[in-house]
Amino acid sequence: MAYDLICIVCPNGCHLHVDDNFNVTGNRCPRGPVYAKQEVTNPTRVVTSTVKINSKVFRVLPVKTKVAVPKKNIFDVMNVIEKTVAKVPVHIGDVIVCNVAGTGVDLVATRDILE
Amino acid sequence: MMETKDLVIIGGGSAGMAAAVSAYDHGVKDILILERGPFLGGILNQCIHNGFGLHEFNEELTGPEFLTRFVNQVVERKIPYKLNTFVSNISKDKVVTYSNSEEGYVEIKAKAIIMAAGCYERSAGAIGIPGDRPSGIITAGQAQLYMNEYGYMVGKRVFILGSGDIGLIMARRMSLEGAKVLGVAEIMPYSNGLNRNLVQCLQDFDIPLYLSHTVSKVVGKSHLERIEISQVDDKLQVIPGTVTSFEVDTLLLSIGLIPYNSLLDKMGLVPSRTRGASVNEHMETALDGVFSCGNVLHVHDLVDNVVVEAKVAGASAALYLQDKLPRHTEKITCEPGDGVGYIVPEEIDLANAEDQIPMKFRCRKPTHDVFIEYALNGEVIKSFYKQTIIPSEMEIDIIPKNLLKNNQGKLTVSLKPREVK
Repeated sequence: MAYDLICIVCPNGCHLHVDDNFNVTGNRCPRGPVYAKQEVTNPTRVVTSTVKINSKVFRVLPVKTKVAVPKKNIFDVMNVIEKTVAKVPVHIGDVIVCNVAGTGVDLVATRDILE
Repeated sequence: MMETKDLVIIGGGSAGMAAAVSAYDHGVKDILILERGPFLGGILNQCIHNGFGLHEFNEELTGPEFLTRFVNQVVERKIPYKLNTFVSNISKDKVVTYSNSEEGYVEIKAKAIIMAAGCYERSAGAIGIPGDRPSGIITAGQAQLYMNEYGYMVGKRVFILGSGDIGLIMARRMSLEGAKVLGVAEIMPYSNGLNRNLVQCLQDFDIPLYLSHTVSKVVGKSHLERIEISQVDDKLQVIPGTVTSFEVDTLLLSIGLIPYNSLLDKMGLVPSRTRGASVNEHMETALDGVFSCGNVLHVHDLVDNVVVEAKVAGASAALYLQDKLPRHTEKITCEPGDGVGYIVPEEIDLANAEDQIPMKFRCRKPTHDVFIEYALNGEVIKSFYKQTIIPSEMEIDIIPKNLLKNNQGKLTVSLKPREVK
């Protein structure tokens, strides 16, 4: 299966074409094919969102997946996030959900909320 | 007797905090930061997505993570700040008027001032969208505040006008939270957002981008019910008969950011092409000891660049307070030439300038295969080749001081297509 995608490595925004044998055309520099192969074979994203928290000051706590998760799992992660309620005190980097949605990646806090 | 401070900083966001830390580290100890909001950090408080800090910290952080590192630097140095405090006036002799619920209305005298109050969003009223005036039309940044800080969902069926980065990021954010984002309309024939956001915020969620389109009608009695978009011609006028209709409850606007320049008037300062202050290479305005940096000066796309600029402003304020930043009558004026929208700084005083002078500008439209030419009094002194230059990414070039020779004349930056040469 062939793919067409826009390279996001730099402002050029090359329109890349990837054929069945993972040959990449349309790139102006060597970083294009590296990005294209990753994006076609195993696209990943860091998911950022908020979870509820029992704080006096804040209704929500910002969180992120500690590293990027497979793109196909984004909404699995969101389903867990929707059901999660964090408890104060929370510090940046605290694990809010271990191995979120079976991705092997932890969901961590991105803000200190102490009370 | 009016209280006096060596340095008052207007705004406690990334620019204000970075400027404060830099001034402190260069020897200024009597500092006060005045912040309008309930926390330090400014707009980064609501920017919960990641991608901040690649230059400053060599890692990709979310907005709250990035701002917390600067809050820690402010707190470690015990730099005083006041929250929920609104600055309503700065006089020409640097008397700052602020108010808050504890102290009421206060005037303090500052020896130096750094303006770092950020920018605001262009609103619906500014572009006069035809049709009804129902609720449900809000700026993308306001929606971001409601969702990410207050925890409220702002709508379920959403359309976005303007392809600025905040709009694209909100398209993803609302999709993640279960809203249906039906599309993004951009009046220009190119996107105003970064490619990364087009891919990761629109393509990832199958959200269509309608280039050369604008909202041509708003329909709704009390709440928004429907919008119409139409194609525009090369003069940006709506082409009749090209209407597409969308049933939506929310229209988000991502149609531009404008520096908060209301304090400039009161100091007798004239806004520059950026709508912020006009500054020299030390980020100093036409008023001695008044500096400006960050989005209140010109709108940045990367907070890392804001921090670099704010550190210059902080260090410059320290020089000024130590009487090491004299004014000279001779100076170089900087002007945008062909294809360039604005340039910062607008003046260079060679007698004070560092060896390497950063010049920042934005091009007017996407341009490929182009030379950026710096000309002093018509003579090209430096030229940079670029495959691509786009309005949504600020260009920063370093001009060596020794190329500028005399401390007078005009420095022009222009874009020259390669085939002409």
